[in-house]
This record gives sequence, C-alpha cells and structure tokens, in this order.
Amino acid sequence: MAPNTRTILICSGKGGVGKTTLTANLGIALAKQGVRTVVLDADFGLRNLDLLLGLENRIVYTAQEVLEESCRLEQALVKHKQEPNLALLPAGNPRMLEWLKPDDMQRIVEMLREIFEYVLIDCPAGVEDGFKNAVSATKEAIVITTPEVSAVRDADRVIGLLNTQGIKPIQLVLNRVRPKMIASQEMLAVDDVTDILALPLLGLVLEDEQVIVSTNRGEPLTLSGSNSPAARCYSNIARRLQGENIPLIDPAKEEQGLRAKVRRLMQTKIF
Amino acid sequence: MTLRDILNKLLGRQQASATTARERLQLVLAHDRSDLSPELLDQMRKEILEVVTKYVEIDMEEGAVSLETEDRMTALVANLPIKRSKLTTEKA
Ligand SMILES: Nc1ncnc2c1ncn2[C@@H]1O[C@H](COP(=O)(O)OP(=O)(O)OP(=O)(O)O)[C@@H](O)[C@H]1O
Ligand SMILES: [Mg+2]
Repeated sequence: MAPNTRTILICSGKGGVGKTTLTANLGIALAKQGVRTVVLDADFGLRNLDLLLGLENRIVYTAQEVLEESCRLEQALVKHKQEPNLALLPAGNPRMLEWLKPDDMQRIVEMLREIFEYVLIDCPAGVEDGFKNAVSATKEAIVITTPEVSAVRDADRVIGLLNTQGIKPIQLVLNRVRPKMIASQEMLAVDDVTDILALPLLGLVLEDEQVIVSTNRGEPLTLSGSNSPAARCYSNIARRLQGENIPLIDPAKEEQGLRAKVRRLMQTKIF
Repeated sequence: MTLRDILNKLLGRQQASATTARERLQLVLAHDRSDLSPELLDQMRKEILEVVTKYVEIDMEEGAVSLETEDRMTALVANLPIKRSKLTTEKA
C-alpha cells in the first residue's frame, strides 16, 4: 500500500478549458519521474482521457465493471506501454451516471490509493452530480482556467464549492496564456487572475499549437520530451507538484526586442 | 490604471480590454460570491437608507451601498455621509 497517496481532482467549472489535456500530460510527466500514477476518467458522460493518452484501443473493462465486481481492479487498469508507471482507469458507460453515487466514487479511489502514489481525477465540466461525486472522493484540487471572463467566473464558483467541502490545498493552473495579448493588454494578466481568484498559482500553460498535434497522435507532449512551450509548462507543473522549486515562466520574457519593452512599459500600473 | 489606460483616455480611446475584463469580473464575482443579485442589492440599499434616514439626514447624492471583495471575502460597504443627526436637532 502507498501510504502517502495524493488524490488530486482536476476541475474547472467551464468546459473545454484544458482539464483532460492537463491530466494526461501530468500523468505522463509524473510517471516519467518514477512515481506510480493513475489517471481516473470521472467524465462518464463525455470520456476523452483514453483518447488523449492513445489508449482507446486497449480498454477491456472500465470503472463500471470494477464497481459491479464483474472484474478485478487490475483487469480494468490500462497500463501505458512506454510509461509503465502510468495507468488509466477508464470511465464506464454514460448510463452509469444514472446510478453512480459519491460512495461509488470513494470506493474506486480508495482501491486506487492502495496501489498508486498519485491519483489524478479528470473531472467533468459543470457543478452538477458528476462534479459532486468526484469532489467527494478527493483531498486536493487543481482548478484550471483560461484568462477569459467566463472561465474565470466559473472557476470562482468551483473554488467556492471546493472550499465548502474542505478540499485542501486548491491550486490554480492558468491555461492558454498568450504573452503577446497580455503585453498589449488585450488578455487578463497572470496576476489579475490569481488576485481575483485568490489561489496560489501552480503554473501557467502557454497557448501552443503542438497541443493539438499531440492530441491528434494520442501522445501527450510530455511523453516525447518535446521542448515546445506547453510541454515545458506541463513538466514544470509536475515538478512543482513533487515539491521542486521551479520558477514560473514569465510571459513577458517570452517576448523579446524593443517593441516588447515598450509594451511592458505601457503595462506599468500607475494607480 | 496602467500607462496605456491613461494614454487611451487622453486620446479619447477605449480602455484596454483586459482592464475592462478585470473590472467586470470584480463586480460580477462580488455578486456571485454573496449570492446577491443586483435587484436584491438595490432593494437592500433602499431599505438600509430608509432605516438610516429615520435617525440621520444623509447626503443621498454622495451615499453608496456596494459590495466589495478582497481575498474571497465579500463585504457590504455603506458609505453614507451624514448631514446632521435628527435626534440631536429634536432634542435641541
Ligand atoms: N495550452 C493549449 N494550447 C492550445 N490548445 C489547447 C491548450 N490546452 C487545451 N487546448 C485545446 O483545447 C481543447 C479543450 O481541451 P480539453 O479537452 O483538455 O478540455 P476539457 O476541459 O477537458 O474539456 P471538457 O470540459 O469538454 O472535458 C482541446 O482541443 C485542446 O487541444
Ligand atoms: Mg475533458
């Protein structure tokens, strides 16, 4: 049994802001560091984690059969070929949503905690039953948002709910950051978002086309050791989770030259 | 306010959209967090003013009741400049 297992829910409120991509990349990055990690797809309605990890063809059983006791947990876990420290527990049939209860979710996570050092739960969007079930089974949370008003507002709602459930710590990941837009003040700056949400920042992820390429292939960016901007961000986040002190990437420094200097000057807060 | 905002103001241009986003978010989150709709807040503002004006005469033009939020704590802030106290004038 792994005594110090960390169970972390990856959630956002608003859909499509990057939960599943973050879960897949963190899972691989942690496994690479030699930690036994499992990613649990708690999005039973619209499961995608299998696809992002390139494991969709290797699923035999799911969380559903485990709960119904028609298979053993080990039979349902899909081990990643290149990174055997990582396993996926696939989401069951969407009809599971009709009967799944917080108890069921807790039971699954308890089983996983026996085997793994990290349990990462990919949460469904929204704040309804799927979210509540997932929250009931977690200790910590990572809230991910993009620097857009609607995503930040929904993140705030989720943080409020996590707080009332006593989830601790709750850390923030800011996704799809575009340094150019921040420099020209057409995008909320990193500090704006952390101030508004009043959460410690676990990391930011730059907007990066390579994310789409890697999704196409079913090979998360952290798998190949790619040096693309988002890949660096994801592995930094994994290392910070592990307690390493990695400085944040400064979006302003991603931009160089005189023009960038002028833009930075214009951003100076006067009052 | 940033240097760009000041420049924009001088040139009569719109403020940077990030600044607008920040302001709008702060307002909407203060309401979300307190679970108070603008209508409810308005009703509360009226009732508070009613009660207060029973005791003191206040400057309606300057007065404001609003929600302010910092570090996930929302406060109801009433700023009601008093012209004079009704009780003391009655006694006099
Ligand atoms: N840093 C990034 N740069 C570019 N594209 C990104 C980035 N992060 C996520 N995306 C894209 O955003 C889309 C949504 O990502 P993802 O599926 O991870 O979000 P989600 O929060 O899990 O969505 P859902 O709420 O539907 O489960 C995907 O097409 C993904 O490729
Ligand atoms: Mg998803």
